[in-house]
Amino acid sequence: MQSVDDKLGWLPPAPLDHSLRLKSLSASPGPIGRDLRGLAQYALDLNALTRIFKTVDRARAAGISLEPLEPFRLAVLANSTIDLIVPALVATAVRHGLALEVIQPAYDQVAQEALTPDSKVNSSKPDAVLFALDFRSLPLRLAPGNTGASEASVSGALGFLSALGDGIRSNSKAVCIFQTFPRPVEHIFGSLDRGVPGTLPYMLDAVNRQLPEMTRPSGDVVLDIASLAEAVGLANWHDPQQWNLGKLPFSDTLIPLYADHVARIIAAIRGKSRRALILDLDNTVWGGVIGDDGLEGIRLAQGDAMGEAHLAVQRFALDLRQRGIVLAVCSKNTDEIARGPFLHHPEMLLKLDHIAVFQANWSDKATNIKAIAGELSLGLESLVFLDDNPVERGLVRQLLPEVAVPELPEDAAGYVRTLAAAGYFEAAAFAVEDLQRAGFYQDNARRASLRDQVGGVDAYLLSLDMTITFKPFDAVGRARIVQLINKSNQFNLTTRRYTEPEVTAMEEDPSIFTLQVRLVDLFGDNGMISVIVCRPAKDLADVWEIDTWLMSCRVLGRKVEFMVLREVLAHARRAGVRKLLGTYIPTDRNKLVLDHYRNLGFTRTGEDPSGATRWELEVAAANPDEAPMKVVSLL
Amino acid sequence: MDKAGIYDRLTQVLEDVFDDDTLRATPELSAKDVDGWDSLTHIRFLLTVERSFGVKFSTVEIAKMRTIGDLAALIEART
Repeated sequence: MQSVDDKLGWLPPAPLDHSLRLKSLSASPGPIGRDLRGLAQYALDLNALTRIFKTVDRARAAGISLEPLEPFRLAVLANSTIDLIVPALVATAVRHGLALEVIQPAYDQVAQEALTPDSKVNSSKPDAVLFALDFRSLPLRLAPGNTGASEASVSGALGFLSALGDGIRSNSKAVCIFQTFPRPVEHIFGSLDRGVPGTLPYMLDAVNRQLPEMTRPSGDVVLDIASLAEAVGLANWHDPQQWNLGKLPFSDTLIPLYADHVARIIAAIRGKSRRALILDLDNTVWGGVIGDDGLEGIRLAQGDAMGEAHLAVQRFALDLRQRGIVLAVCSKNTDEIARGPFLHHPEMLLKLDHIAVFQANWSDKATNIKAIAGELSLGLESLVFLDDNPVERGLVRQLLPEVAVPELPEDAAGYVRTLAAAGYFEAAAFAVEDLQRAGFYQDNARRASLRDQVGGVDAYLLSLDMTITFKPFDAVGRARIVQLINKSNQFNLTTRRYTEPEVTAMEEDPSIFTLQVRLVDLFGDNGMISVIVCRPAKDLADVWEIDTWLMSCRVLGRKVEFMVLREVLAHARRAGVRKLLGTYIPTDRNKLVLDHYRNLGFTRTGEDPSGATRWELEVAAANPDEAPMKVVSLL
Repeated sequence: MDKAGIYDRLTQVLEDVFDDDTLRATPELSAKDVDGWDSLTHIRFLLTVERSFGVKFSTVEIAKMRTIGDLAALIEART
């Protein structure tokens, strides 16, 4: 089952005409991003990835647009040869919706590049810096049995890494990505190495364990390559011949897998991770067909190998839910029959309470998945669809290419590993809100039904018993603020993305006005649901430019935006600000807020050739509607 | 595998690695004859050959290899 990992087993195999289709794309006038992304959704080897890289490269040289791929500049600092890896990184980033530009300084210049203010890396203003280092780069001195020397080596290694991070941070605004260090295969004692201070495995364990602590305060990111190497096997990871021949840091066969792990963490930094898992039922959640086999006939028991495989799927889905992934069901079944096992089967781990949207009917699955996305207010690119049936998988991939549909092995025993290996839910940070998110969406479904009952919107809002809380940005809210800034697409006026260091800088800048907004209601705490950043307009101290205004779609239709504007106006008046300027920058995701400023009483003042519209509001005269909620202002 | 079969498959590998379907594996062909055949592409080429034929070359063999002919002879001795 190892092949699931090292052969990108969650992706379908490349079609025979893959390289031809790629060639024909080179002749297109563009933009080619969408088609290119489609061609990257296969289990591609290094040569095929290199061909995609060349297509990207040629398009860039010819000025052909790569839209809608999102540009990202990544500097890679390595103590090995990464020339074979870089093309794979660029190609794999396309799979994740990114137009990656890699800045690659000369071989083995890690410290010089990080610490010199005007080095190639620092002066290129990257969005992120990847330290692609292995154990050979660390100042670890072998000292078997010498606890003091072992600790000194470990803190020396961490100090070295931390200095590299500080160098990048003080010279550019980039996020640093540090890799954990796979230990070499070889031992000097054997099993004892693990427990004897001063051996290489012992010291690397300590470095890997402390690396996340080291990076936490700065908002830097850890990429757990040590785990990846363990998953594929250290003896497969390290190839001494390739190291000797070309200083390749790990076996070439694993480059596509490594590249996917790098690309998914970058995608996560950019807020592109997926948020909901949609489950098929028959032969996915249980063995057999409920409509044919009945409650007694489906395979779902401990002690039955097939039943245990499906129980493992349920257990994994529940584990994901516990970390905030929303669960939904999409099944071709009669609704009542499909719900039967959830209600009456004693071995079912999944209960109806865990499922935010239950979609069982006889319409096609693409239509149903779209309905689920609508119900959850999530984009299709936030969804993963798990189905044992290759026909259904093919249909959904064809009609809804934005939805991730893992390829599954014949044997259900491999389902969980395949789904997990795909890394769809990779996260760069973890905020308390994540824990409760699955519940939020569920409460939302309940609120929606309540709305149907009570009729009038205002009466409904009043019945929700809402309390809205305003605070400026602070360290406690920072992780969630960064997360919202990087993944809100729909209710987002400017879609400007900021990294954690940039958000920290806003916190500390007294000329910038920031707001984090939380909402509690009858059903519970919605957590942080809106983020606002105002900057003083250029040359005009008494004018605020609204740089960022975003809101979670969970709280759409609650008039939260009116209350937010009232709060901004109150502080603007206090600061002697005369006028607010707003900008709406259209993307293919934020039509929702096209008329946001008009609805709030702003006057339209112009439109850029790019389609961005500009708005302004006189502070003195403004008096937006008040919504029925209690206001707590902690500014 | 016979000689012709080895050369046919080497031609496929050349196309896969260099993305160029005009390349033909011949005994005399070597790195200097092909655009973009630098030391790193050479490693990618050899690794693809190893996978394609299911063989593994030693460091010494790799160091001695000069032409496609050398490579084909090594493969012939192994398969």
